[in-house]
Amino acid sequence: MTATTEHESEEYSGLRGFAARWLFTTNHKDIGTLYLLWSLLMFFVGGAMAMLIRAELFQPGMQVVDPYFYNQMITMHALVMIFGAVMPAFVGLANWMVPLMIGAPDMALPRMNNWSFWLLPFASLMLLSTVFLPGGGPSGGWTLYPPLSLQMGDAFPFLIFSIHILGISSIMGAINVIATVLNMRAPGMSLMRMPLFVWTWLITAYLLIAVMPVLAGGITMLLTDQYFGTTFFSAAGGGDPVLFQHIFWFFGHPEVYIMILPAFGILSEIIPTFARKPLFGYSSMVYATASIAFLSFIVWAHHMFTAGMPLAGELFFMYATMLIAVPTGVKVFNWVATMWRGAMTFETPMLFAVGNVILFTIGGFSGVMLAIAPADFQYHDTYFVVAHFHYVLVSGAVFSIIAAVYYWLPKWTGHMYNESVGKTHFWLSVIFLNVLFFPQHFLGLAGMNRRIPDYAVQFADWNMVSSLGGFGFGVSQLLFLYVIIRCMRGGKRAEARAWEGAKGLEWEVPSPAPHHTFDTPPRIETAGH
Amino acid sequence: MSEASGGYYVPHGSHWPIIGSIGLTTMLVGVSGYLQGADWGMWASLIGALVLLYMVFGWFTDVIKEGVQGYYNNQVDASFRWGMIWFIFSEVMFFGAFFGALLYARTLSIPWLSGADVATNQVLWDGVSLGWPTAGPSQRAEEFTPMGPWPLPTINTLILLTSGVTLTWAHHALKENRRLALIGFMWATVALGTVFIGFQAYEYYEAWTHLNLKLSTGMYGSTFFMLTGFHGLHVVIGTIMLLVIALRCMWGHFTPDGHFGFEGVAWYWHFVDVVWLGLYVFVYIL
Amino acid sequence: MNRIKRLAGRGAIALALLVIASPALAEWVLNMPEGVTSTSREVYSLHMQIFYIVVVIGVLVFGAMIFSIVRHRKARGVKPAQFHHSTGVEIVWTIIPFLILVSMAVPASTTLIDMYDTSGADMRVKVTGYQWKWHYKYMDEDVAFYSTLATDSNYARRLGSGVDPTSVENYLREVDNRLILPTNTRIKFLMTSNDVIHSWWVPELGWKKDTVPGYINETWTEIQEPGVYRGKCAELCGRGHGFMPVVVEAVEPERFQEWLAAKKEGDTAAAKAALDRASGDAVARR
Repeated sequence: MTATTEHESEEYSGLRGFAARWLFTTNHKDIGTLYLLWSLLMFFVGGAMAMLIRAELFQPGMQVVDPYFYNQMITMHALVMIFGAVMPAFVGLANWMVPLMIGAPDMALPRMNNWSFWLLPFASLMLLSTVFLPGGGPSGGWTLYPPLSLQMGDAFPFLIFSIHILGISSIMGAINVIATVLNMRAPGMSLMRMPLFVWTWLITAYLLIAVMPVLAGGITMLLTDQYFGTTFFSAAGGGDPVLFQHIFWFFGHPEVYIMILPAFGILSEIIPTFARKPLFGYSSMVYATASIAFLSFIVWAHHMFTAGMPLAGELFFMYATMLIAVPTGVKVFNWVATMWRGAMTFETPMLFAVGNVILFTIGGFSGVMLAIAPADFQYHDTYFVVAHFHYVLVSGAVFSIIAAVYYWLPKWTGHMYNESVGKTHFWLSVIFLNVLFFPQHFLGLAGMNRRIPDYAVQFADWNMVSSLGGFGFGVSQLLFLYVIIRCMRGGKRAEARAWEGAKGLEWEVPSPAPHHTFDTPPRIETAGH
Repeated sequence: MSEASGGYYVPHGSHWPIIGSIGLTTMLVGVSGYLQGADWGMWASLIGALVLLYMVFGWFTDVIKEGVQGYYNNQVDASFRWGMIWFIFSEVMFFGAFFGALLYARTLSIPWLSGADVATNQVLWDGVSLGWPTAGPSQRAEEFTPMGPWPLPTINTLILLTSGVTLTWAHHALKENRRLALIGFMWATVALGTVFIGFQAYEYYEAWTHLNLKLSTGMYGSTFFMLTGFHGLHVVIGTIMLLVIALRCMWGHFTPDGHFGFEGVAWYWHFVDVVWLGLYVFVYIL
Repeated sequence: MNRIKRLAGRGAIALALLVIASPALAEWVLNMPEGVTSTSREVYSLHMQIFYIVVVIGVLVFGAMIFSIVRHRKARGVKPAQFHHSTGVEIVWTIIPFLILVSMAVPASTTLIDMYDTSGADMRVKVTGYQWKWHYKYMDEDVAFYSTLATDSNYARRLGSGVDPTSVENYLREVDNRLILPTNTRIKFLMTSNDVIHSWWVPELGWKKDTVPGYINETWTEIQEPGVYRGKCAELCGRGHGFMPVVVEAVEPERFQEWLAAKKEGDTAAAKAALDRASGDAVARR
């Protein structure tokens, strides 16, 4: 069995050719590249918003922006980072790597793959444009809680529909990943031989398909409440504002794992490579991932402990949430055991991976604390929560994406990146990240609530530290851009197996990976992990 | 163009997706503008919808052409199957959100408002007592008649179930290569779908004009119209797809062992059917 | 490379200097207040207990990692081991965390159940959130008032006001009318909202509770020490979310009765005098 493809990249010349290649492409590598570049752009857009937020919080008092604009910034920062940066980055990685890792000629549904990507820029621009509409952009927080979100200006339907389009894009992307993994594996690549990145993405895709439509339903109800007189979220008609929170977090909590499970997969690729030792506990990793995915469906209301649920609900969601620590712990222990008695080297991907494990675990610890409902009555909606989810999302999800980029950049570009700049990027990032987010734990515990543009003076010191860390972190990321651009344009030639300890099919093909790979599926004799 | 050499078919670069993105975005920007009262909204949404329609038509034409020319081997077929299965799963979850809202209102929010939560009931709502169906505590004075299961919804249930049967017969006919039966049952299915839509439209008309039952009739009106409305929309889409499949049957696009297009649409129709059973029980009967 | 290192070093020094030179050096807030109610003390001890547990786990896990990072490096010429699983170890590190979690869940559950027990209240206060102020109503008494951000804070917080927030006493933490509560009295709160969802939070009481329009959330407190306790609206509620503080002043029950009586008669001076006497008592006790 061979794959039939009819064009080669040489066909594309001139502007027309360029447009045709990137607009019409059905090639998983091209689409992966598009996803990754788009998410990099959005990462900086969302980052710029974060800089503005930290600038306002640098000192008590209002210096930079109006409170209303500040609220738009925190809302847009979250939406852009989640839907524009982190999720597309993982989809981009899946596009590039899943077919290479399972020996498939391409994604299962290549044309739909193109559409998944090309909906994204349109939806993102639609979302960003709302800031310039009369009444400003969405300002009720990314969680869109009614009735506040219904007070929005002209931006409201634009916001709702842009999220609809983003959802359609994610669902199609996820369907493609599942179809690819289930249907396109090379002979001999049994499920339990798949690299963990593929496994985690398979489970992530399942979560995406399960919850994105629920979000779509919830925001549709918001839309009809606003324009067509329904009363889903109004007590006057028998509805309940808290109902939206249930719907939102039924989506939102799996969404959190959508952003972290592929990160676990990436760590499980990188750590064995640089420890030169097989991953410890492959099958327990798979089961742990599946358990986390299962649990993610029954913990949503821990985001709503203070919303006034009945006691039984509080207890159930507290216990279920605490349980998540078990499979997550298994993963962390497995990574440590993988490193144990290995022969480690610390190139940039490994640095980011190790930093990721440590800092994500800190985020996990604060997560366990937040799971305790009575304690959450104090933590909820404070900077403690902000610190928690930035530890898991920035030093968890984003660090893993950065690690993955460093890890696979040689495979994508055919060049080695500049290792010393990469290491500098890591050390600056990790130091500034902690300066930025660690003090936020103290702020939250001491009583500073989140989503406020101004604060009491006793919080001034840590906020200044945090802002300085924020600016440092933001500026450090320019190094990342520099490394990527330099590496795309040239550098030391990368070998097919760019890393000494790297295992897996993606390292069997030349670097850079040719436009079409595995037209004839390879036969897999031994486990790839 | 790639030869049908039995390999996995990776299609030529396609301009349909980008056209689809432009169409969908234009349409939704248009609807947004329309909702905010902008003059251009209607036109933009119309143009967007036309572009989207053009895309759907063009894209499917390409796929059908490739299918008929035999580019798709069994593995491609399996990809389509997985794609369709997971798409239907996503649809199930979409309806799940609305069923969930109905469940929440009936088991939690409305009982709370009407006394299970004493403070809420006494302090905020003057001890109101609400049953189901209800338009909520602040619209309780407004009279409306709920939509019972008899007669139209029950007839519609029978129609939809029958259409599932005729579709299955058509499938058997296809597999046994009985062309006449296939085409006959296909058109019967399309006809039943159309009748269902007609009855549903009539039911809406009745509700709106005679029963004073509207989208704004509190939680009952909200869940009733949103659930049956989204279901109705799916029936319309399903019927259009069945119509296309009926035509394709007449054009001889399907063979007894190669007819994913037929099966995909049949799955979709059965899914719409099952959702209706849920509606019939939870919206009309209970 | 060296230049970058040097720059980073200078940056770190600059950062340290800035931090040291900052005006309010004394106030490096670090932890949750222990609070003044039995609930808040339980929550605090729960918080510290979990904190110590995670610190111990952290030391063990990170210790093992760091040991491994130092010892098991290729640069030291080690040969990598090739073991890749150990069912026994994996079972152990699944079960132990589970048991630790159970040990956390037990005290957490008792505290939670206690916090949810709103029975046996001596008095009731209805708290209503508004954009952007609070409204307090002493149920069963004819006393109710709004509580808004104090004017000096409200002036200073404007963009470009030119007022240094450090010069304002209790910047963003003072209101025009404090909520006066008696100590050693079981007080039930009925929390609701007039517009959007807010959240009423005083850290020293040990909890926050959302105020949801159309519903009442009940909760309770029993303040054990007289004093002024400051908090904030904790749920994003729009433009003025950062500017709607909560200030509770807890006074001895006798003083509270004096204040309440004066308040009922609309005698502002007498009410103020009662509170002054209350703070006088506090000074005397010290």
